Amino acid sequence: MTDIVLDIENLVVSLGKKSGGPRIIDGVSLQVRDGETLCVVGESGSGKSVTSLTVMGLLQKGALTPTGGSVKLVGEELLAASDRRLRELRATRMAMIFQEPMTALNPVVPVGRQIDEVLRVHTSLDARARRQKILAMMEHVRLPDVERIFASYPHRLSGGQRQRIMIAMALVLEPKLLIADEPTTALDVTTQKQILTLIRDLQRDHGTAVLFITHDMGVVAEIADRVAVMRYGKLVETGTLETILRTPNMEYTRNLLSSVPSLVPRPPRAETNEPVVLEANELGKVYRERSFFGKTREVAAAKEVTLTLRKGRTLGIVGESGSGKSTVARCIVRLIDPTSGGVRLAGREISDLSRRLLQPHRKKIQIIFQDPYRSLNPRVAIGETIAEGPINYGMPRAEALARARELLELVDLPADAVSRYPHQFSGGQRQRIAIARALALDPDVLVADEAVSALDVSVQAQVLELLDEIQKRLGIALLFITHDLRVAAQICDDVAVMQHGRIVEQGPAAEVLTHPQQAYTKALLDAAPGRGWDFANFRAVEVAAE
Amino acid sequence: MLGYLLRRILAAIPVMGVVALFVFLLLRLTPGDPAAILAGDNATPEQLERIRTSLGLNEPLYTQFFTWIGKLLQGDLGTSLISNVPVLTLIGRRIEPSISIALSTIILAILVAVPLGVIAAWKHGTWIDRFVMGLSVIGFSVPVFVIGYLLIQIFAIELRWVPVQGFRSITAGFGPFFERIILPTCTLSFIYVALIARMTRAAMLDVLGEDYVRTARAKGISETGVLLRHALRNAAVPVITVIGTGFALLISGVVVTESVFNLPGIGRLTVDAVLARDYPVIQAMILLTSLVYVTVNLLIDVAYTLLDPRIRY
Repeated sequence: MTDIVLDIENLVVSLGKKSGGPRIIDGVSLQVRDGETLCVVGESGSGKSVTSLTVMGLLQKGALTPTGGSVKLVGEELLAASDRRLRELRATRMAMIFQEPMTALNPVVPVGRQIDEVLRVHTSLDARARRQKILAMMEHVRLPDVERIFASYPHRLSGGQRQRIMIAMALVLEPKLLIADEPTTALDVTTQKQILTLIRDLQRDHGTAVLFITHDMGVVAEIADRVAVMRYGKLVETGTLETILRTPNMEYTRNLLSSVPSLVPRPPRAETNEPVVLEANELGKVYRERSFFGKTREVAAAKEVTLTLRKGRTLGIVGESGSGKSTVARCIVRLIDPTSGGVRLAGREISDLSRRLLQPHRKKIQIIFQDPYRSLNPRVAIGETIAEGPINYGMPRAEALARARELLELVDLPADAVSRYPHQFSGGQRQRIAIARALALDPDVLVADEAVSALDVSVQAQVLELLDEIQKRLGIALLFITHDLRVAAQICDDVAVMQHGRIVEQGPAAEVLTHPQQAYTKALLDAAPGRGWDFANFRAVEVAAE
Repeated sequence: MLGYLLRRILAAIPVMGVVALFVFLLLRLTPGDPAAILAGDNATPEQLERIRTSLGLNEPLYTQFFTWIGKLLQGDLGTSLISNVPVLTLIGRRIEPSISIALSTIILAILVAVPLGVIAAWKHGTWIDRFVMGLSVIGFSVPVFVIGYLLIQIFAIELRWVPVQGFRSITAGFGPFFERIILPTCTLSFIYVALIARMTRAAMLDVLGEDYVRTARAKGISETGVLLRHALRNAAVPVITVIGTGFALLISGVVVTESVFNLPGIGRLTVDAVLARDYPVIQAMILLTSLVYVTVNLLIDVAYTLLDPRIRY
């Protein structure tokens, strides 16, 4: 029997300073043993991050207060510990890594010194010994050229390198417990895979207990020994990875798993002879950066991109961050101007039209953005937001508002929602509003730029279903930009895989995602977390494939 | 870095050129004969002619400009029309009190305001925060001369700790210098402290919500370490900006303070010159003020690059 490193017993965390407030965490009990990874899974608002911050003693003072239960780290009660004792324990016994490696490191201090700080605070090593220990640790997390990186500022490093620095910083004093709060969510799949492997290997070498927080079932399947499912601050169920994925007991867990889109592409739809509504020919976009006296720097964000989209079909553009997929989407919608090539919308070349001449064509192509929290004006009632487009194109106001009500019903929202404001809706509802706004102009083409990436899986599934249904009813063509191969597999007829601004592979989704020809596409598919599982059917993929 | 500095200094030259042109035209484009303006109402025709010749007013305008610039570059700012002393000498005599007040004000303000702002942000929402912010509102709203006379009343007249007014050069010993400079400095610091404390608090509040501050806490660093090593350095850029732009406040404040404390500084010199229409002195003061601004802005931009490695030019 291995030792219990972290023992959370009946934890209650309340809003405000006293115990009377609403309970954010309500009676959660978890245990993590030596050398074990416990994945805490849940959708946003489930309380998984609050739980981890409670363990570290990092809850915002006065806003959230642990009001019941106990948290023991190797037998020592943490809820009763003084601030001083908690500071001593941090980095030595328990350490934490965070979601955003971009913002989690101090931008004005070289990364080596940021790791050094941990050693200066917690050890009495001299400068030379500290430096050696840090360089060794940096090599251990497989950073290249450690001497150079030691002296580098965070903005000089890639996202993956920064997360490695975070891991090095967390593990340099070999803590018993590592808390990882969505550590790979902000990373590309290929980087994610490397980081997950790294955490696994380090854990094996050092016997660290890992509390791994994630919303991604794919990641769970890759890294967990045991899984705890949380919802609304309560523990839904807990069990070994196999039990949770194959035979979940609770309805919520089953629903959560069923919502995970499968990597196996949906059955292809019959080819159609519908007219081509959108064509991009050798589209290119070069960003030029001019400095006052210095020389001009050029970055080609998109090169020779050629795409064709027919009425009623869905074309996916997939790729990692920086691959140019969003640039292509923005060029096509003419939010930015392409530097070369052409875009034909319903047979009309629009890439070289002036803003004024473009205006009548704008309504034919509409875009939905990633972040439903920021893409709606918070001070405008949503009815007005939806009606604004048609009014600009000359529709009488009353008629436009009536149309807004119809559209809200089309996206499964109550028609009387027109007078409410964006903050009164959840993320999924806001994305529905954004879709209604785009549809208000009766476009031929709808561009969805990472439109479901910010949503929880269950909400994501609903929005994808909605887009599918709208396409069937209105015969709209969909250009779907995503980094998520699972989503692409479920909604796209055709996909184009982009890397470094170019399309590396293009074809029917069923072909490209099951029999990729290019090495890069293969690598992407190979890196997709949880590819061995068919979550929705509670079984491993090998079984599902035959 | 050196190349950047050089580029910035080069870029400052056209700015100063435009200012010089404006200052030059100030006198020439004023309605009426510049010689008559300079000579005053009771000048004889001979006096006017002498001034015209001495200023080269009979030459074409561009020749006059380049002659003027040429003299300027050799440090010849002209001669005061009132005292008949070269302007440079005049400024030289009067600059010590002004520089002393300006520098000690900035130092005092930073020493007081930055800690106040940091503490207010750290204790956000508590009585300490509200006290500091209340103090800052008072600092903003009470005029400089009111604060000045109030301080004189309390510390010079009632308590007799320091002299009421006047100035002693630092060459005459630090003690006499210090006791005459302390009240003007405190007076002028009030508004500056208010401004910097407010900005520091706002910048710190922003930074304290950042992820890397949470990371620092997760490393087990003490609260002081978090505040000073991680938060303050990141909050420094907006604070430095405000310290620099606050120079505008300082210059107008110096004029009032010098009057209140009867200090023989360049603020008083300027006011006297304006009242007496002593054009060469006015011109020199405009040039000097612009030069200070340009230099301070340059220093701020350089400070940015030192404070934040992401800012590179």
